[in-house]
Amino acid sequence: MVSRPHGGRLVYRVATGKRREALLEEAREVPRLDVGLERAIDLLDIAYGAFSPLEGFLVQEDYISVLEDMRLHDDTPWTIPIVLDVDPAEIPGVSEGDDIALFYDGKPIALMRVEEIYGWDKKRHAQLVYKTVDVNHPGVAKTLARKELLVGGRIDLVGEPPNPFEEVTLWPRETRVLFRERGWKTIAAFQTRNVPHRGHEFVQKAALTFTDGLLVHPLLGWKKKGDYKDEVIIEAYKALIANYFPKNVVVLAGLRMNMHYAGPREAVHHAIVRKNFGATHFIVGRDHAGVGDYYGPYEAWDLFNEFPDLGITPLFIREAFYCKKCGGMATEKTCPHPPEYRIKISGTRIREMLRRGEKPPEYMMRPEVAEVVLKYSNPFVE
Amino acid sequence: MAEEKVSIEISKEAYEKAKKLAEESGFDSVEALIEFLIEEASSGLGEGEPLSKEDEEKIKERLKDLGYI
Repeated sequence: MVSRPHGGRLVYRVATGKRREALLEEAREVPRLDVGLERAIDLLDIAYGAFSPLEGFLVQEDYISVLEDMRLHDDTPWTIPIVLDVDPAEIPGVSEGDDIALFYDGKPIALMRVEEIYGWDKKRHAQLVYKTVDVNHPGVAKTLARKELLVGGRIDLVGEPPNPFEEVTLWPRETRVLFRERGWKTIAAFQTRNVPHRGHEFVQKAALTFTDGLLVHPLLGWKKKGDYKDEVIIEAYKALIANYFPKNVVVLAGLRMNMHYAGPREAVHHAIVRKNFGATHFIVGRDHAGVGDYYGPYEAWDLFNEFPDLGITPLFIREAFYCKKCGGMATEKTCPHPPEYRIKISGTRIREMLRRGEKPPEYMMRPEVAEVVLKYSNPFVE
Repeated sequence: MAEEKVSIEISKEAYEKAKKLAEESGFDSVEALIEFLIEEASSGLGEGEPLSKEDEEKIKERLKDLGYI
């Protein structure tokens, strides 16, 4: 049985048919608020149920509860605040109870019932979510640059930002039907923002040994400079799956969701989101959703222990390395050999090699994957 | 082809309320108001699961088109 949606009910707030027409009409008459791509992507995640049970941007009661206790006000686990920030000048005359239209790139994409407008302490937000106020942390820098007020309230999606990855975008209702069609009852989800190296493949296959299927779920959305571009990740995974996985045991689907680089909190968030897609297991690797050295390599594992009611099983799989003595990939739990036999599969080192146009050795990255990356003149986010 | 319609019976009192609400909210007719309210109730506030048969067929069609099934 696939996972029940988080909070018990899969949210679906995508307006269609006559209702959409009526809401579009309303959007022309109510105050307008323009949002950027990141908030537009949040709207998609809310409307299509990836963020179930959220039905909109957090109201203050939930915001404070998420910030302080990592739970919604009703005690449902939730670790990353999903908030809409505004400047007062953007919503003159708007009061609680009003409807506003959210526009992206000149077009209405959602209607929102303003339930609450409230202030926030961005530094405290950064400290609690990112465990630092260092502006060199990309999540902190983004938080501090956000606007003065937050607006909470339910939304209805009436439009979408253009999606360059339509052919690999699936939403929770779709993956749930797909898993059922394939007869999968247990599904391990793998979150990624990288092209796959042998260490990733190792943990994916380790999970697959005891689940029916694997959901490879790369994030498509804002990422920091130096990360792989979305199109490179998708193409690289297609190459890996076609050449190194049996047919029909893997679903590759892109997820339009923003990265926060919030380490442990975000690892739990990633698990909750995958639960909504129907996954029963979630692979939590080394320094999951981390950046720099702000978080301990296995700090996220400890945080999962605080959520026995999460409803998805975390799979804690240690970092894999290549062991010359074993003649294959291994982990500390499976390999008895001393460090001189072990070769660390370093994502940073692989990126450096690829940046120089070099193909990494096969024990680090499959040649088919490396060839995809090397096809691009610049495979990295600038 | 014209959309197939059916008739339902509701109390006179409920109809009068619906008529007043339709006029106040700018709906062309009571029928338009009721269709809107039904769609409203069956979206975010209703069940995300189970899906209607029609929605499920649409999803399967898309999954087939994309090569997932």
